[in-house]
Amino acid sequence: MYQYNDIDQTLIEQRVDQFRRQTESFLKGQISDDQFRALRLMNGVYIQTHAPMLRIAGPYGLLNSKQIRKLAHIARTYDKNYCHFTTRQNVQFNWPQLERIPDILEELASVQMHAIQTSGNCLRNTSSDHLAGVCIDEIEDPRPYCEIIRQWTTLHPEFAYLPRKFKIAVSGAKLDRAATQFHDIGLHLVKNDAGEIGFRVLVGGGLGRTPIIGQVIKPFLEKKHLLSYLEAILRIYNLFGRRDNKYKARIKILVKESGMEKFSELVEKEWLLIRDDLELSTDRIDAIKTQFTPPAYETDAGQDSGFELSRLENKAFATWIKYNTADHKVAGYRAAFISLKAPDSPPGDMTDTQLDAIADLADQYSFGEIRSTHRQNLILADVKQADLFPLWQQLDALKLATPNIGTATDMICCPGLDFCSLANASSISVAKEINDALDDLDYLHDIGDVKINMSGCMNGCAHQSVGHIGILGVDKKGAEWYQLTLGGSSENEAAIGERLGPAVAKDQVTKAITTILDVYIKQRLEDESFLNMVKRVGIIPFKEQVYANN
Amino acid sequence: MQIIKDKQIVDDSWSFVADDEELKDGDISVSLARWKEDKQQLLKSNGKIGVRIGPADSVEDIAADLKDIQLIELDFPAFADGRIFSHAWLLRGRYNYQGEIRATGHFMRDQVYYLSRVGVNAFSLEKTEDLPVALSNLNDFSVNYQKSIR
Repeated sequence: MYQYNDIDQTLIEQRVDQFRRQTESFLKGQISDDQFRALRLMNGVYIQTHAPMLRIAGPYGLLNSKQIRKLAHIARTYDKNYCHFTTRQNVQFNWPQLERIPDILEELASVQMHAIQTSGNCLRNTSSDHLAGVCIDEIEDPRPYCEIIRQWTTLHPEFAYLPRKFKIAVSGAKLDRAATQFHDIGLHLVKNDAGEIGFRVLVGGGLGRTPIIGQVIKPFLEKKHLLSYLEAILRIYNLFGRRDNKYKARIKILVKESGMEKFSELVEKEWLLIRDDLELSTDRIDAIKTQFTPPAYETDAGQDSGFELSRLENKAFATWIKYNTADHKVAGYRAAFISLKAPDSPPGDMTDTQLDAIADLADQYSFGEIRSTHRQNLILADVKQADLFPLWQQLDALKLATPNIGTATDMICCPGLDFCSLANASSISVAKEINDALDDLDYLHDIGDVKINMSGCMNGCAHQSVGHIGILGVDKKGAEWYQLTLGGSSENEAAIGERLGPAVAKDQVTKAITTILDVYIKQRLEDESFLNMVKRVGIIPFKEQVYANN
Repeated sequence: MQIIKDKQIVDDSWSFVADDEELKDGDISVSLARWKEDKQQLLKSNGKIGVRIGPADSVEDIAADLKDIQLIELDFPAFADGRIFSHAWLLRGRYNYQGEIRATGHFMRDQVYYLSRVGVNAFSLEKTEDLPVALSNLNDFSVNYQKSIR
């Protein structure tokens, strides 16, 4: 994991000082609401329904145990004893006081963390594959490039006042677990015919009000040109992206309105003028790579026999292994998910006690590292198989071992009307109701891989348009209604969900979801996943049942 | 009126001549449109010449004339219009402009650090009482991650 040097540390400390001055100026009335809004957003501070919300960066999802303990401390000292993990692998606090946010930032800086550019119309936190470096389908570890991009984007002087927010995701594996096709820029590490590894660059993807799948702008970009190519895209976007209408300001609209051919011509022309000045040297890449070397794996980890025995003897443990762990590239190791989707807890939330406990577990079982995922769970990425049983027992005691990763109750869910001032409808209470209806684990496991994403408004923070089942809260004459979509996906075969029909009332959402799942169970072919069935039969069979009584 | 220039608070010798005003003696700046229209007349004037550029203008349009221009004013209609930052970068980085680049209009003193990094070396603030603070804002950071103009 990347460790800060003096430059990194100086920079974030100076940023804390700067934000402290900005906050003081605002509280003294020296800068306007509008001005402070732009400044605070670029430091992750929103003003929400109840209190400010502070969003802290989890750089491409990597955290260490010391940082997790700091989050626990902040939750206890400055908030109401919990925090929330987001789809961009970030962390949010919902109840800090504005005057104390500079102190929180100072605490964060002491463990190499910050809230820089976690919001606002700027370059946001780069996200990546939560199984980077350990998965079995990797072409190359994306994390060193994520770090290079993190540094390049952080306090970039030219691109701090973009037309709209700008998100970059990097994937280094065959299976896209980072939703790169739905980012302003998506980068895939790929191998060309000559056997060299470089980037396939996608541009213009995005979710929100106008979901669009990104298009390839450069099929193969040499690594040395990574930053110059990003700079070329950003300069064209900064100069020509629309600023007249915030709903038309994302790069996806610029690409759509100018056409890919014209847009890529502009980028290419700009890039050719700057690329020789901005080359990324092999030395620089190698220096960053040394910070992501594999931990000291035990070579005989696969020889343990207790693991198989525990699986045979304990059904609940075996189920947890099946759903909540993933294959690891090193024999005798697995990546273990920490499910933040327990039935009685808001999706993505964690208490200070849980945070402290998993920091200890990470130290004990996974080289002190924790990752956050795009689906709002955590991962201990390097657990020896012999340790899985005791880890499971301890997670279970913490209510962090619900065996539901990748199932219908592993919902992505935004804070919704309960916290967010943008929301039209609640999401947490609806998620709870769905969770209660799907409490039979055998039934849940029989349904298998179903991704339900639910957002409380059009802004789509919970990526409902790419959920296998998407739920979107809308306001209808002051009442909360929910629009359902089917067939979305953010993985390799990216797709935007199709609308099932008219929105349903709040008390009908759970019924609609269980009806959809029942149709699947009755009409699926053998081994056919939910998504594949939707692709095969379309939405009609589902629609007929959901709206049967109307 | 005072401004910040090259990290110092100095008196300003320039005046902007609006499109509907008569040209006058001394160091004057005009809009890009005015420059294009009255270029020959402006070149004969006794003072130095500056051109004011807005976010929607194209820096490329003036690239060939830069040798005759001693001041480029980058004028913010609103602080959030980030095109200005790319204009400054292009002037310095692409067209190698060596004259004064001055930020004018509605920008924040909290933006002067980034502006200085993309090549702006002078700042005309809305409120002159903000000048000392803005001057200190030029030193908000002592380290940077990425290559830019400074």
